Amino acid sequence: MTDWLLRQVRPLGGDVVDIRIVGGVIAEIGPSLPEGDCSVYEGGSSLVALPGLVDLHTHLREPGREDAETVETGTRAAALGGYTAVHAMANTTPVADVAGVVEQVWRLGRDAGWCDVAPVGAVTVGLGGEHLAELGAMAESIARVRVFSDDGKCVSDPVLMRRALEYVKAFDGVIAQHAQDPRLTEGAQMNEGVVSARLGLAGWPAVAEEAIIARDCLLAAHVGSRLHVCHLSTAGSVEIIRAAKAKGWDVTAEVTPHHLVLTEDLAATYDPTYKVNPPLRTAADVEALRDALADGTIDVVATDHAPHPVEDKETDWTAAAFGMTGLETALGIVAETMVATGRLDWAGVADRMSIAAARIGRLADHGRPIAVGEPANLTLIDPDAAWTVDRAQLASRSTNTPYAGRSLPARVVATFLRGRPTVLDGKPA
Amino acid sequence: MKRHLLSATDLDRESATLVLDTAEEMARLGERSIKKLPTLRGRTVVNLFYEDSTRTRTSFELAAKRLSADVINFSAKGSSVSKGESLKDTALTLEAMGADAVVCRHSGSGAPHRLAQWVKGSVVNAGDGTHEHPTQALLDAFTMRRRLGRIEGLRVTIVGDILHSRVARSNVLLLDILGAHPTVVAPPTLLPVGIEAWPTEVSYDIDAVLPKSDVVMMLRVQNERMTASYFPNVREYSRRYGLDARRVAALPDDAIVMHPGPMNRGVEIAAEVADSARSTIVEQVANGVSVRMAVLYLLLGGSEPAIGSPAAGSTEGERP
Repeated sequence: MTDWLLRQVRPLGGDVVDIRIVGGVIAEIGPSLPEGDCSVYEGGSSLVALPGLVDLHTHLREPGREDAETVETGTRAAALGGYTAVHAMANTTPVADVAGVVEQVWRLGRDAGWCDVAPVGAVTVGLGGEHLAELGAMAESIARVRVFSDDGKCVSDPVLMRRALEYVKAFDGVIAQHAQDPRLTEGAQMNEGVVSARLGLAGWPAVAEEAIIARDCLLAAHVGSRLHVCHLSTAGSVEIIRAAKAKGWDVTAEVTPHHLVLTEDLAATYDPTYKVNPPLRTAADVEALRDALADGTIDVVATDHAPHPVEDKETDWTAAAFGMTGLETALGIVAETMVATGRLDWAGVADRMSIAAARIGRLADHGRPIAVGEPANLTLIDPDAAWTVDRAQLASRSTNTPYAGRSLPARVVATFLRGRPTVLDGKPA
Repeated sequence: MKRHLLSATDLDRESATLVLDTAEEMARLGERSIKKLPTLRGRTVVNLFYEDSTRTRTSFELAAKRLSADVINFSAKGSSVSKGESLKDTALTLEAMGADAVVCRHSGSGAPHRLAQWVKGSVVNAGDGTHEHPTQALLDAFTMRRRLGRIEGLRVTIVGDILHSRVARSNVLLLDILGAHPTVVAPPTLLPVGIEAWPTEVSYDIDAVLPKSDVVMMLRVQNERMTASYFPNVREYSRRYGLDARRVAALPDDAIVMHPGPMNRGVEIAAEVADSARSTIVEQVANGVSVRMAVLYLLLGGSEPAIGSPAAGSTEGERP
């Protein structure tokens, strides 16, 4: 295994140092280290070093929708986006609701080698919302599942949600809830409000998210369990999470990059590129989400990377699939919305995009300090290298990015997974 | 005129008035024994209907034929491919066939907008989901102007399922553009969240609004709204929001009663009201053809006069 010397990089945006990686572990940190037998990567004093990014919410689509994404293509996109670990959502075909499927996904990830794949297990059999899946078997499998989610569907039955929250305590699991009251959102197409009224698209009211989050926080408190709320999208949701945390309840929350930057007005194009679940909300919601991410009410940025083949998007809005890709643009969007605006420094980015996510997902080797003896899962970022998103240049098998043509202020230049480069100079290594 | 007519907001006051004035010329043509003009000879108009609508399709078909266009009826309903695929693929097919105009009816809001991105010809929205139906609003405005002599300043009350109505959306927008004063009336369940941004007054009380209405437009209420608990049952809806003879008596003397059809007699409108002298329901159908002729002419015909000399018109029109 090649050893590396990362020359002149700035851990968490701090002072310039050299980092030596030996045997996949950070061996030495200091100014002007001797080269030794290492391969050298020249940072040139501008690159920011972060712990490898961790995504709590990725759709890799395999098994079942390999036309949209595979573990191979999705994890390569993740590596290019600076990720060293992703949580692969369970809504595959077949559903990841038994040990066999999560082990298959885990192995595919390991064989691809771009980043660690932590499979998410379904909460209920077939995402059907009726019977608990074999959560224990998935937890004990080689995939060591700790995050369980019916993402795409909400565990709306309060009794089932209570049982799930209780049951996973035995193996330190967490239920990641896609908060969407199904009855309040039947046929829903976009945020309910002034724009949906004008466009004649069925509304997805904020209350359908907030009511479930409030209920789940109360349930988690009642049974003393750990709750994670997926993709918060409204100012009201932020208030509920803030109140739950103030009471000391074990509740965490994520926000997607797109909910930090895009608003419902984009639906006026009727271009389903902007159709996503939960839907894009108002500018006031975006502002509240940025504030909440800055003050820690929202713990992590999670991509909800949701690849879809062209034919599922190149259609009319109501027939189109929900979702947008995000692995390769997440860091750039966070840099634009949080760093450039002074709301987060790079240490804050490290926390929201790596450390907190690894903690919630219970990934021992990720989100670690950049310190001697730690696994060399690292991401190098050029904070001043603006780039323009080009659909054709993205590595995901699907092209449903909402950012085509957008200039992002920072880019990932290198990613190291346990000391091995997966990305160098912004290209797959 | 813009290239497409997707929303009432594609029109401004000037272009909307031009459509109505042109429709007036077309209507006079309809009074002749020979109703055909050569204006769009050699042009192809495709009726692309993803939803059944014999009335609207026939109206567009007649309008295009009276302008001598070649008309193709492309019914996509029941196609085995998914709706999405067929929309894009059909658009490309129509493009390849050289369609000059595509008249699109679709159950999905915004579908004609998407279509307009894929075809070079003009797209006319003939009703998309719960979004808009701009030619219906134009024919309603045309009907009002013919009956009442003006549109500006008219107090127009639209009653019924505003939430799901493309007719209501287009009417409110167009009436505002033309200087009328719309009021929508419905139970609160059938008004969209966000309606406060519409250029209209909103009321839950039909009886309070009728005495101040020059026009009352009743919208069809579908039974499925009752099963989804938008209101308790049809009888209660009819009692609270239906237009019967007693309520008509509260209208100003010269007020008119409109309905875009098809009607539920005895639900939103009593039979005696629908058949009364105030009712414009049959005229609306006739006016629909004139207005759609005007729209197609203005989108496709360019700047030449709609009707040449009567001689030229009749000569060309006499072909079988």
